[in-house]
Amino acid sequence: MLRVESVTKRFQGLVAVSDLSFEIIKGEILAIIGPNGAGKSTVFNLITGTLKPTSGRIFINELDITGARPHQVASKGISRTFQTTSLFDQLRVIDNLMLGYKWRTKLGFWNTLFHTPRWKAHQAETYQRAMETLDFLGLAEKHDQFVPALSQEEQKRLAIGIAMVCKPQILLLDEPTGGLIQEETDRVTDLIRRVREQGTTVCLIEHKMQMIMGLADRIVVLNYGEKISEGPPAEVKSDQAVIEAYLGGEVHA
Amino acid sequence: MFTKPIHTKLLYLVILAAALLLPWYVPDAYIFQIVIMSVLYAVAAAGMNLILGFTGQVTLAHGAFFGIGAYGVAIMTKAGISFWLALPVSALIAAFIGLLIGLPTLRTKGSYFAIVTLCFGVIVWIVSGNWVELTGGHNGIFGIPRPSPIPIPFFGELTFYTQTGMYYLAVAVLLLVLFALYRLVYSVFGLTFMAVRNNEPLADSVGINTYATKLVSFVAGNFIAGLAGGMYAAMMGAVSPSAAGYMLTFNFLIFVILGGMATLPGPVVGAFAIPVLMEFMQFLKDYRMLIFGALLIVVIIYFPMGLVGGLRRLNQKVAARRQQKLPESGHASR
Amino acid sequence: MDLFLQQVFNGIMFGSTYAIVALGLTLVMGILNIPNFAHGHLYMLGGYLLFFFASTIGLGYWLGLIVSVAAMGLVGVIMERIVYRPLNDQPHINAFIAAVGSLLFLESFALVVWGSQGLRIPNPYPQMIEIMGITTSIQRLLVILGAVLLIVGLHLFMKKTLLGATIEAVAQNREGAMLTGINVNRVSALTFAISAGTAAVAASLLSPIFMLSPSMGAILGMKAFVIVILGGMGSIPGAIFGGFLLGLIEALGGGYISAAYKDVFAFGALILILSIKPTGLFGRKEEV
Repeated sequence: MLRVESVTKRFQGLVAVSDLSFEIIKGEILAIIGPNGAGKSTVFNLITGTLKPTSGRIFINELDITGARPHQVASKGISRTFQTTSLFDQLRVIDNLMLGYKWRTKLGFWNTLFHTPRWKAHQAETYQRAMETLDFLGLAEKHDQFVPALSQEEQKRLAIGIAMVCKPQILLLDEPTGGLIQEETDRVTDLIRRVREQGTTVCLIEHKMQMIMGLADRIVVLNYGEKISEGPPAEVKSDQAVIEAYLGGEVHA
Repeated sequence: MFTKPIHTKLLYLVILAAALLLPWYVPDAYIFQIVIMSVLYAVAAAGMNLILGFTGQVTLAHGAFFGIGAYGVAIMTKAGISFWLALPVSALIAAFIGLLIGLPTLRTKGSYFAIVTLCFGVIVWIVSGNWVELTGGHNGIFGIPRPSPIPIPFFGELTFYTQTGMYYLAVAVLLLVLFALYRLVYSVFGLTFMAVRNNEPLADSVGINTYATKLVSFVAGNFIAGLAGGMYAAMMGAVSPSAAGYMLTFNFLIFVILGGMATLPGPVVGAFAIPVLMEFMQFLKDYRMLIFGALLIVVIIYFPMGLVGGLRRLNQKVAARRQQKLPESGHASR
Repeated sequence: MDLFLQQVFNGIMFGSTYAIVALGLTLVMGILNIPNFAHGHLYMLGGYLLFFFASTIGLGYWLGLIVSVAAMGLVGVIMERIVYRPLNDQPHINAFIAAVGSLLFLESFALVVWGSQGLRIPNPYPQMIEIMGITTSIQRLLVILGAVLLIVGLHLFMKKTLLGATIEAVAQNREGAMLTGINVNRVSALTFAISAGTAAVAASLLSPIFMLSPSMGAILGMKAFVIVILGGMGSIPGAIFGGFLLGLIEALGGGYISAAYKDVFAFGALILILSIKPTGLFGRKEEV
C-alpha cells in the first residue's frame, strides 16, 4: 500500500536516512523501531512531505507522492501524529476534531459567509463526524473542554483522533505512548488495535518493546538511518543485528 | 455548538439600543464627531483583528489600506463618481493590493511578513505625500462630497449631509462587518484561521492550506480597512497622508490588543474606549503615546487577552462555579 | 565626475551608518528570532543621549560619546529583560506587539523630554577638507572611519574572544547552547547591550552632521530590517555588505533619479526580493 523505495535524506553532510526501502501492507500494524537518532521520525517526515528526500521515491497505492506538500499528502489518505503531542491547544476538544475533518468539506469562505444550504449540511456532517470519533476515542463527555484541561493520555488519544477523523487509509503514529505509564499505555494500545479493526492501516514508531511485540504484525528496525532488519516480531527479536544495535542502547521492557 | 449565555445576548441588545438612540442624547457636535470616528476605527480594527487576532499574522500595514480606501473614495468622488460606487471599488482596490502584497510575502516567516507590511505601510505613506498629481501631496485632497442621497419609496430620501446621517451609515457598516465576521469566525472555517495561528505545522498536516488561509484573512481584513477608510474620507471631507500613516496602524493595533485580540467585541471596545480615554487625557497630550506604548507592553505580557478577553475569562470562571452548584444548568460559552 | 564621486562618498558615509545599525540588529535577530522593531529608536535615543551628556551636562563630544554608548548598552539590557525575556515562551506575535509598544514608548519619551523641535549637537570637526576632488567635512570622514573601526573591533570580538564565540553559539542553536551550560539569558542581555551600543555609536557619529528629531530613527530602523532580511538574519557580513550597498544605491539613486522617493528604493527592493526568494538573499533555511 505504501512503498518507500531507496530513500535517502542528507542534511548538509549528515545522512539521516540511507537507501531505505520498505513497504506498509494494507491492513497491517507495522512498527518502526530503532535506537535514538536512527532516523525514525525523519522517515515519517519524508512520507508526509514535511521533508523532501535527497533521493529515492515514495508511493501510495502506486501513486508517486515523493516531494508532495503536506496537505497534498494528507489528501491522499495518509495521516500522522507527532512525537511531541501536537494539538490546537488554544481550542476545544471538539474543535480539534472538526479541524481534522475540515479539508474534506467545502466549508470555504463564501459558503460560510452566506450560510448556504451546502454549508449547513457540511457543518452538521463535520460536527457529527467529530462526535463519532470522540465516541470512538472515549472522549465524548469532554468535547467542549479546552485542550489544556485534558490529561496527558487523553491528549495523546485526542492527537490520534485528529489524525483519524477523516478516515485515513494509513495512520502514522510517532511514539503514541511516549511518557505514559503502563496502564495508560495499555489503553492506547487497545485503541490502536481498534483502529486497525475498523479498517485503517497503522504504522507506528515506538520504543516500548513489550508493547510492540504484542501489537505489531511486522517490524522494521532502523539504525543510523539504515534498515537492519524486517519481519514478524519473533524473527526480529532473535535477529543478531538487532540485538547488537540495542546492546548498550536502551531497551524498554 | 457556539452558543452564548443569555446575559451576554442581553448586554449586546442594550448596547445596540444605546447606539441606535445616540443622536438623541449626544451632548455636542465635537463629541459626535469623535463617536463617528470611533465607529470607523472600530470597523478598521475589526479587520485587523481578523488578520492578527484570529489568524495570528502581524500586519503593520493596516493604516496603509485604510488610506488606500480613503484616497480611493476621495479621488473618485471628486471626479464625479457616486460614493456608493466609489466605496466598494476602493475597498476592492485595497483588497486587491493586499492580495498582491500577500501573495509573495505570506510564504515567508512571520517576522519577515511583519517587516514587509511595515515597509509597505511606509511606502504608501511616502507615495501619498509625494505623488502630488494624484494625491495632492502633503496637503492632501479636500472638498470631498458627502454620499449622494438614497431615494426610498414612499419616505422620500436618506440624506447624509448631517452628522446623524453619517453616523447611521457608519453604524450600519460596522454592524454589517461584525455580522460577516461573526459568520466567518464562529464556524469551522473560522477554526481554520485559529488553527493557523495556534499550530501551523499541525494545520498543514491535517490538510489545511495554511498559505491560502492566511491570504484570505489578509485580503478580507484589508477590504474591511479600505471600507473604513473610504467612509472616513466622505465623513471628514478631506484626506491627507496621515490617513495612511503608520501612526494610524499603531492606533489600530492598540485598539485591538487592549480591547482584546481574537474576540469580536474587543476591537470595538478598544476603538471606543481608547479615543475617549485619549480625549480625557488631553492634558497629557504628549504623554499619551508614552503611556500607550508602555501599556501595550504590559498588556501583551501579562494580559494578552485584553479587556474583553479578560472579562470573558472571568465570565467563564463564574459560570463554572455556578455549574458546580447546579449540575443541570449551563450553555457552553465561547 | 565630481558629482559622481561626491555621491559615492556620501553613499559610503550613509552606508557606514546603515552597516553599523544593521549589524546590531542582525545580532539581536539572530539570537532572539524576533524583530526588534524599536531598534531604529535605540539609534535615535543614542543620539539624544549624546546631546544630553555632551551638551547639556557639558562633557564634550568624546567623553559624551563614551558615556552615552555605555548608557545605551544599559538601556539594551533593560529592554531585553523587561520586554522580551518574559515573552520567550509565548507565540511570536506577542513579542512583535511588545516591540511595537517599545517603539512607541521610546519615540514619545524623546518627544516628551526633548520636544519635537530638531536639536543640534555642535559638530566637533566641521573643518572642510578636499580629497580626490571630494569636498567633505572631517566629521563625515570620521563617520566612515569610526564605522570601519567598530566593524573590525566587533569582528575581532566575535571571532577571537570566548564571549563572542558564545554569542555565535547561542545564535546558531539556542537549545544546544543551553545544554552545554551557557547562560542563554546573560548572552541575550549582552547581545542586546552590544546592539544598542553600536546603534548609539552610529548615532553619535552621524548626528552632529544632521539634526536630531524623535522620528529620525523610524525610517532608519526599517531600512536596517531590509538590510538584515536581505543579508540574512544573524549574518554580520550580510549586514555590512548590505548596509554599504544600500547607502550607495540611495545616494546614486537619490542623486540621479529622484530624491523624494529615495527611501522607497530599499522597501521596494525588499518586497521584490522576498517575492523571488522568501528566505532572503543569503538565507539558508531548510524546509519548514
